[in-house]
Amino acid sequence: MIDKTFPTVHEALADVRDGATVMIGGFGTAGLPSELVDALIAQGARGLTIVNNNAGNGDTGLAALLAKKRVRKIICSFPRQADSHHFDALYRSGEIDLELVPQGNLAERIRAAGAGIGGFFTPTGYGTLLAEGKETREIDGRMYVLEAPIHADFALIKAERGDRWGNLTYRMTARNFGPVMAMAAKTTVATVHEIVELGSLDPEAVVTPGIFVQRVVRVDRVATSAGGFKQVT
Amino acid sequence: MARWTRDEMAQRVARDIPDGAVVNLGIGLPTLVANHLPADKEVVLHSENGVIGMGPAPAAGAEDYDLINAGKQPVTLLPGGCFFHHADSFAMMRGGHLDVCVLGAFQVSSTGDLANWHTGAPDAIPAVGGAMDLAIGAKKTFVMMEHTTKEGQSKIVAACTYPLTGIGCVSRIYTELAVLEVTRDGLKLIDKVAGLAFVELQKLTGVPLIH
Repeated sequence: MIDKTFPTVHEALADVRDGATVMIGGFGTAGLPSELVDALIAQGARGLTIVNNNAGNGDTGLAALLAKKRVRKIICSFPRQADSHHFDALYRSGEIDLELVPQGNLAERIRAAGAGIGGFFTPTGYGTLLAEGKETREIDGRMYVLEAPIHADFALIKAERGDRWGNLTYRMTARNFGPVMAMAAKTTVATVHEIVELGSLDPEAVVTPGIFVQRVVRVDRVATSAGGFKQVT
Repeated sequence: MARWTRDEMAQRVARDIPDGAVVNLGIGLPTLVANHLPADKEVVLHSENGVIGMGPAPAAGAEDYDLINAGKQPVTLLPGGCFFHHADSFAMMRGGHLDVCVLGAFQVSSTGDLANWHTGAPDAIPAVGGAMDLAIGAKKTFVMMEHTTKEGQSKIVAACTYPLTGIGCVSRIYTELAVLEVTRDGLKLIDKVAGLAFVELQKLTGVPLIH
C-alpha cells in the first residue's frame, strides 16, 4: 500500500542533511509552507542552499533560518525588500552567497530539472549582468543564453488538498512555485489543509500528480488576513 | 511648465492598450493604468505570480492573502479568470503570448534598451524579479517614467549607463511630457503635453527626437 502521509512536519523533515539543497515554495505569504520552514529551523541542518523567490521577510520563517546562519547560499530572484534585513546583513558581511536569477528563468530552471532537461536557451537576461560568463547562441536571428537546471534534495511546498498517493490541488495564487518545485526535488514534502480519501480529488482538477510528491502532512488552516481566509471552526 | 499628472500619464497609456489585450502592469506607476482602462474595452490583466483576469482590490475586510498580485497586494478574480504555476506564467511572456507589459524605468536608450532593475551602485543589493522576463517577453513593452531625474538629467539616453534589463525591448516611452515611439531611425514623437513646444521638449531629452 502506498501511504505518503506523515503525522508531523518534523518527521517529514527528519532526514534533511547538512549541505542539502532545499526548495521552498511561495510568493509573498501565498504558498509559503511556513510550518515546514519552522520545522527545518528546529531540525538543525546547516550549510543549506535555499531556492526561493525571495530571501526572507521580517524575523520569521526563511528570515529566521538565515538569521541562525544555517544557509550557505540562496538562489532567488528578489532578495532585497523593505524587510529583508537578515539577508541584507549576511550578504554585506559576505556570510551568504547569492545567485540572482530572473524570476522566469528561476521557474524554468526548476521545471527543467524536474523534466529531465539538461539545460535550455532562453532570451531572458541576454546582454545583461545576469548572463555574464554564460554560453550564448543565435537561434533564428534571436540571441539566447544557456541556463542550467536547478535540482534539489528537498522541496517544501504548500498545497490545499492531498491524498495518500500525493496528488495535490492548490488554492489560487498560492500555487506559484509548488508544481515545478515538486518535480525538481528528490524528496518533495507538501503540507495540505485536508487529506482526503483516494478518488475524492476530481482527477481533472489534480494539479500535481502524486508521482512528484513523496510526503504529505496535514497542517491547520491558519487565517492569512482579517477577512477572506479564516480558520475553519 | 506644462506636464501630465501621474493619472493623466496612466490615462494616456490606457488609451493605447487595444480591446482584448492581455496586459501585465509593473509595480509602481504602471499599476495606475488599471484605474484608467475604459469600460468599453475588455482588457485582461495578468500578474506573473500566476493569475489572469485579475480584478480590483477587494473591499476592506475581504482580503484573501492567497489571492495577491506581483506587488503582494490582495486582489480579486474576475469571472473567466484563472490560476497557473510560475513556469506557465513566465511561458506566457517568453512565449510571446502576452500583448503588452507596462514597466517603470531608470533609463531607456534611443534603440529601446531598458535599464530598470539595478542602479549598479557598489553597495546596492540587486533584485531583479520578473523585470527581465517581462521586458523581453511581451509583444509590446511600454515604459512609464519621469522624463528626467530629480537632478534634471534626461532618463532618455543614447546608451544606458545603468545595468541593462533587456536590449532593444522597449516599444514606447510615456513620460509626463511626451509619448515616444522606438523606431529603427530613433525616437519618434507621438504625442506631447499641450502647451509644450517641441524645442523645449528636445532640450530636456538626451537624444534627438524625430518630429
